[in-house]
Amino acid sequence: MTAVAPPILETTGLKAGYFEVNILHDVSIAVPRGAIVSVIGPNGAGKSTLLKTIYGFLKPRDGRVVYRPDGAEHDITGLRPNRVTALGLSYIPQLDNVFPNMSIQENLEMGAFLLRTGVDERLERMFELFPLLRERRRAKAGGLSGGQRQMLAMARALMSGPDLLLLDEPSAGLAPNVVDEVFDKIREINAAGISMIIVEQNARRSLAMSDYGYVLDMGRNRFEGPGERLLHDEKVVDLYLGGRGRLAAAAPSGEDYEAAERPPPPAQRRFRL
Amino acid sequence: MSELAQLLANGLVTGSIIAIAAIGLTLVYGILGIVNFAHGEYLAFGAFIAFAVNVTLGWPIAGSIVFAMVATAMLGLGLEYGLWRPLRRRGAKVVALLLVSIGLALVLRHVIFLVWGATPRRFDVDVFQVYDLGGVIRLSLTQITAVSIAFAAILLVGLTLARTKLGKSMRAYSDNSALASVSGIDVDRITAYTWVLGAGLAGLGGVLLGLVQGSFNPNMGFTLLLPIFAAVILGGVGSAYGSLVGGVGLGLAMELSTWNALAGGVDPVYKPVVAFAILILALLVRPQGLFGKARYV
Ligand SMILES: Nc1ncnc2c1ncn2[C@@H]1O[C@H](COP(=O)(O)OP(=O)(O)OP(=O)(O)O)[C@@H](O)[C@H]1O
Ligand SMILES: [Mg+2]
Repeated sequence: MTAVAPPILETTGLKAGYFEVNILHDVSIAVPRGAIVSVIGPNGAGKSTLLKTIYGFLKPRDGRVVYRPDGAEHDITGLRPNRVTALGLSYIPQLDNVFPNMSIQENLEMGAFLLRTGVDERLERMFELFPLLRERRRAKAGGLSGGQRQMLAMARALMSGPDLLLLDEPSAGLAPNVVDEVFDKIREINAAGISMIIVEQNARRSLAMSDYGYVLDMGRNRFEGPGERLLHDEKVVDLYLGGRGRLAAAAPSGEDYEAAERPPPPAQRRFRL
Repeated sequence: MSELAQLLANGLVTGSIIAIAAIGLTLVYGILGIVNFAHGEYLAFGAFIAFAVNVTLGWPIAGSIVFAMVATAMLGLGLEYGLWRPLRRRGAKVVALLLVSIGLALVLRHVIFLVWGATPRRFDVDVFQVYDLGGVIRLSLTQITAVSIAFAAILLVGLTLARTKLGKSMRAYSDNSALASVSGIDVDRITAYTWVLGAGLAGLGGVLLGLVQGSFNPNMGFTLLLPIFAAVILGGVGSAYGSLVGGVGLGLAMELSTWNALAGGVDPVYKPVVAFAILILALLVRPQGLFGKARYV
């Protein structure tokens, strides 16, 4: 066995909430380097709260968040969002994920706010990855359709050149063909070597492409395991994936659990993000 | 014809002053959530500081204007650190902050009354040098200077907001504060710059207002506050460009409403009423204002 690289992000025993109410109770997750990690769970489970706490929008009442980019280790517990971004994370909120009164190009430029050089090159790369954004670069973001806005939100989040991307429900409220496109882009971005945490209502699809998954319920860790295993776990299926009836249709067949448990495949870098 | 030209010129003068005052008001609201009813007093403060250095100390007017802008920016910053930030940290929201700003307006106005009294004041400038432009418009040198400065300021602020990183990050912050901080923008720095810009411009607006009016008293800012608010709402609350356009447009409309050819025109006393009539009509047609966010969910 080769030594396993430490996770790029790890939370241990996170407690957080709003006002007097605690929402997260001892939530611990780990994101292997280069992996896609899904966080699923019912409405109000605390998934968005977890992302907000990792990103410093909420100060945790207890617990730690540790971020390990290449060769370094940062305790980012309670660090303010702008500082978190400066360390190499990025985040796409569930709602309000663009600057509606700014043009598409300005949205992207804001994503690169911390970069001193190379903004134009990154802009060009984003236009290659999302050609539609180039066409409409002067249009205000507020006028985009839901799918276009989600693409812009992803591109904006990538402008800073992150190593770890947090996505909160990227496919929510989108038409089925647009959902496909969003998931394709997510795979493409991950293939460029960017680790990801994805919160999704579309739990089956999200788990199917994830290296690892966590089920959160009432602000607690309930289940965890490789994506494929959670997809086949009887309890998880019954409680959180709407029962066995739909399993056959959604889960890719013919792959056994051992195979699914192998560490993430080496990233094939088709392009650098 | 000559009356119309004269009114247009006056409208531009008033409108550009309203516009540079409105920009501060809208930025402070968009970025900090403060509906600042004391903004008019920032104008008065600027005018009286300029009066103190220009008349009491005998500085030339140009230096006095710069001094007043810096002093008003300092007032803005000082109140941010001494008042607004502690209030926000304790969780004060829009309505509480609005009420505090009304109180602050009263305090500031009365401090100005205490120091300088209620007598109308004048700057030490030559008001009798009047230019006849093409035989149709008569403007005093101070009016010409004031409107030139105001337009230069509008242009500069517009360019700053449109082109510079600072301007873009201010717009971004007022558009979506959470996403702005995700982009790496530091709230505290933006806040400080917002007050420096907003209050500094208010100070400038105050001096210019004093210059074009000829004489002014501590109520000067309060009197203009409602048209300034109207410009902000007309342009779309929180939209920096909108407040510029709204201000100039409103100034023009207020002056033109007194035009004789318009069924005799309205009595100049009712100019603020005209401003509100326009505001209400515009909002009926376009509730989010000219440049406002079309709300989406
Ligand atoms: N700003 C807030 N203030 C107070 N309570 C909040 C706030 N945001 C969320 N909550 C509460 O915290 C709990 C967890 O919310 P959270 O948004 O984290 O859930 P979620 O798992 O993301 O749900 P969903 O699938 O609906 O997005 C809910 O009970 C919610 O009502
Ligand atoms: Mg959520």
